[in-house]
Amino acid sequence: MYFIFLIVVILTAIALVVAAMTIAKLIAPRSFNPQKGEPYECGIPTRGESWVKFKAGYYLFAILFLMFDIETVFLFPWATIVAETGVYALAGAAFFLGILILGLAYAWRKGALEWK
Amino acid sequence: MFDYYNLEPLLMWIHSTMCSLMPEWLAFTIEGIAVGVFIMVMYAVLAIILIYMERKVCAAFQCRIGPDRVGGRGGLLQVPADVIKILTKEIISLKNSDKFLYALAPFLVIMASILTFSCLPWNKGGEILHMNIGIFFVLAASSIGVLGILLAGWSSNSKYTLIGAVRSGAMIISYELSIGISVLTMVILCGTMDIQEIVAYQENGWNLFKGHIPAVMAFIIYLIAGNAEANRAPFDLAEAEQELTAGYHTEYSGMHFGFFYLAEYLNLFITSGIAVTLFLGGWMPLHIVGLDGFNTVMDCIPGVIWFVGKTFFVVFLLMWIRWTFPRLRIDQVLILEWKYLMPLSLLVLMIMTVMKVFGLVF
Repeated sequence: MYFIFLIVVILTAIALVVAAMTIAKLIAPRSFNPQKGEPYECGIPTRGESWVKFKAGYYLFAILFLMFDIETVFLFPWATIVAETGVYALAGAAFFLGILILGLAYAWRKGALEWK
Repeated sequence: MFDYYNLEPLLMWIHSTMCSLMPEWLAFTIEGIAVGVFIMVMYAVLAIILIYMERKVCAAFQCRIGPDRVGGRGGLLQVPADVIKILTKEIISLKNSDKFLYALAPFLVIMASILTFSCLPWNKGGEILHMNIGIFFVLAASSIGVLGILLAGWSSNSKYTLIGAVRSGAMIISYELSIGISVLTMVILCGTMDIQEIVAYQENGWNLFKGHIPAVMAFIIYLIAGNAEANRAPFDLAEAEQELTAGYHTEYSGMHFGFFYLAEYLNLFITSGIAVTLFLGGWMPLHIVGLDGFNTVMDCIPGVIWFVGKTFFVVFLLMWIRWTFPRLRIDQVLILEWKYLMPLSLLVLMIMTVMKVFGLVF
């Protein structure tokens, strides 16, 4: 039952994009001009490839994100039962979170959180 | 108490009546189409209302009048006119872009926002996707959106879009952590991930009051991080106009661009809707202890009005923030998340756990 509606919602999203694009393609004007296909850089012709190397700083944050995101996934099932399990669950999660906070502190100390 | 506004028996009755009239697969097909059309209509109508509201609120903050020509004094038809105009604009195909990824990006962005949109609890029993892991599903689905943004920036083969996309990607994934942890705080308080049960838990008091200090802190963290997730000022450096023209959707034109715009406004509504569900009681009416007459009157207002009203209140708060604060720099944004919000939200999580275990919540 739920999965039927999940599929319905996904199909709705696809149908919305396809329908709007079809309408736009039918009623929008079309004209050809070689200048139109150029990437927009404020009127100046673009130089070189745009698929270039960029700052590694973004990559560091992505790695840190991975660590904490997986932590959140592990903590969600724990969160639903913590009230029944009591102090035992609290101690376990405190240990788990402690290791992660240690990791964040290490990254902080090493300067991974600075934007250079 | 509010049972005469419960939608579930009505929906069950419609389903059983349809099943008695026709084979089951046909009933499911018709219901599926009805739900799909409903989502599309709601999506379009809400986007128009939100864009109109944004323009009027912005105008009020800047001492202007805002739209006032098209459709009477209030300018009510300005946004529908803009929608029709955007449909009639040419869709330009780029020369050196990655065609497949370029076309795929709007699908991902729209899909993320429709999937989360259909999880919102509009009323008792009035939820399109009802799952026992509801709030977790919302988090999972909303992170599809960042893929669309990264693909849009990467595939259009322009330097502005690339910078806009990686900035936006770094920012959204960072703030997703704070959102995840403040949602986790509320899951600990309620003890369930089912959205309807989270709302039902707030029958005798909204979570903001039940969880007092940690809940209020989690609410503030959620609002800041949610504002960043929706790519709005002061965190709109993905599309900082002065530096990057339009950021990741610079190369999109006509309706192609419209999808990003639509998803941006709907994400604002969804962020507020989830905030209302988690902290402000969803479709539960406002009750004040001791005032029985007041409470009875409040019970007569249907849940859907409560939900939409509260959501628009939070939307107004976010618009207020947007038109008040100047834009941050990318390093300030990342430092705010990693050095302030993230440790603070972990602290809030620990406080909430201790309070729940030792029974210090109301």
